[in-house]
Amino acid sequence: MLRYLARRLGQALLVVAGVVVLTFAVMRLVPGDPAVAFAGPKATPEQLAAARARFGLDDPLPAQLLTYVRDLLAGDWGVSLRTRQPVRDDLYLAFPASLELVGTALLIAVVLGIPLGVLAARYKTKFPDFGVRVGSMLAVSVPVFWLALALQTIFASNLGWFPIAGEYDSALDTTSPLTLWTNITVVDALITGNWPILTSTLDHLVLPALVVAAYPTGVIAQMTRAALIEESGQDHARLERALGFGETSILTRFALRPALGPVLSLIALVFAYAIVNGFLVEAVFNWPGLGRYAAESIRSLDTPAIAGVTLLVALVYVLANLVVDILQGFVDPRARTR
Amino acid sequence: MTTETRTPETQPLRRTLPRIPDRFAAFGAVLIVVVVLAAVLAPWLAPYPVDDPRPLERLLPPSGAHWFGTDQVGRDVLTRILYGGRTSLFIAVAVLAVSALAGVTLGVVAGYAGGWIRDVIMRVTDVFLAFPALLLSLALAVVLQPGVNTVILAIAVTWWPWYTRLAASMAASIATRPYVDAARCLGVPAPLIILRHVLPNSLTPVLVQLSLDAGGVILTSAALSYLGLGAQEPTAEWGLMVQQGQTLFTTNWWVVTFPGLAILVTAFAFNVLGEGLRNALDPRRAVK
Repeated sequence: MLRYLARRLGQALLVVAGVVVLTFAVMRLVPGDPAVAFAGPKATPEQLAAARARFGLDDPLPAQLLTYVRDLLAGDWGVSLRTRQPVRDDLYLAFPASLELVGTALLIAVVLGIPLGVLAARYKTKFPDFGVRVGSMLAVSVPVFWLALALQTIFASNLGWFPIAGEYDSALDTTSPLTLWTNITVVDALITGNWPILTSTLDHLVLPALVVAAYPTGVIAQMTRAALIEESGQDHARLERALGFGETSILTRFALRPALGPVLSLIALVFAYAIVNGFLVEAVFNWPGLGRYAAESIRSLDTPAIAGVTLLVALVYVLANLVVDILQGFVDPRARTR
Repeated sequence: MTTETRTPETQPLRRTLPRIPDRFAAFGAVLIVVVVLAAVLAPWLAPYPVDDPRPLERLLPPSGAHWFGTDQVGRDVLTRILYGGRTSLFIAVAVLAVSALAGVTLGVVAGYAGGWIRDVIMRVTDVFLAFPALLLSLALAVVLQPGVNTVILAIAVTWWPWYTRLAASMAASIATRPYVDAARCLGVPAPLIILRHVLPNSLTPVLVQLSLDAGGVILTSAALSYLGLGAQEPTAEWGLMVQQGQTLFTTNWWVVTFPGLAILVTAFAFNVLGEGLRNALDPRRAVK
């Protein structure tokens, strides 16, 4: 187990190193001079030179890469050209909002997807299976930005059941200000017992979370179904059948647990995908997360900020994969040799 | 379980009728044919010229003259959707061709060679896989000029690693087969072995994956266009149509609804066919 851990950790570190180099390369490809963007169009040559020296733009590329890595290790992710704040501080505010959205969406996806998968496996090739199949196919094929616009128009603009955009009613900031602990609004409101903000946030979360949940729900339902069907053909299922267990209890009591392993690793894969998919949803619902930050950074060619978002999401992806592999190594010894 | 109780006479009949999953995949294939035909024949099928703004006919609701209505500058939405299919399918074909070519080549080499060559290629693949496709495409689309070619390049850069993984695992298992050993002993050079034996036998899963991925590429390219980083006016593109009409959704639903449905139907068709093909290839691994 220890050797497996070390090997897997080494692999992850290698990938992270590659990610840093690639991010750096993309950053250097951006057209326009970062020094001009920082110092402004009316800067004097001296100010420009100062900006160039500050960002080390006159150094050779390998030296710049080295400085970049050293700064990253020291926790310095650069300064945003747009907000003039350290990128790390910006991300520290934006990332929790994205986590809140994607976390809620994945919760919905698991709660809906696994039972739907069980239902489809129980009635294999019958109508419920067909329904789940078509439904999950539609869920993974729908363009998220369009689904977001459609739900927003129908349920917020026309029916008025849910708020149109934002994370919570901003008027509440004055009437019942929120004490920040984790920066995740729902969690903070829960900890501090701030009910007005909690209910308002939950109300604002419903539509965007449902949209982000569509894709994960579809893949989780499909995966659960496939894993259950494979598991119910195993020898243990034959024994259970012989002992007189019904198909439903074989699936839910015996087959579901071993089938959850692959579903678990799928959730990690879907997690990073959902964050990026969330970008489009955040744009529609004006959710103050990474997506909105990335969109604004892209519009103003804010290189350090774009690099910061890219790096953060890639790191989250690597970390999610690592955690799942280690968990699976604990649960299933066969996974360690893979 | 119930098959034993059925009378023998009814069984052959039931066996000749395809079960729902197969019919479903066939439905996907038919849908793809319809979409492709509509796109290819767009110049003949379209009731109006593709870029023909008529200011007096702005935002007309669907009617006999304009089945899907007209957009904010008075162009026929149905015509734009037919032509938009050309853009989307062209992007999908180009992305899949480029990334499959690059990915399979690297993968087959990695799988056949093994050792440190395999390690290096697979680690590079891991790095690219760590970037979600849409994100790296976003960054690249910012760097380059927005347009169809940028979309193709940006998505292809993030898409090839999947084929490398797939081809490498296939090639590695084929490289140990006796006939490959035999060829090696006869002194056939490695490039020829790869070309004649390893490559053809590694291709089937890649082809299935291509069908599955076409839907994903269409969705990603539509998303890039929606963000304004893809196709530009006056090119007809579904994601771009949604973006331009989004503020009109409450008042003029048809401007946004139909382009979105076009994306949904096309992605759905490719996903359904791809899943059916994968099931046919490997019934045990019914879903990825």
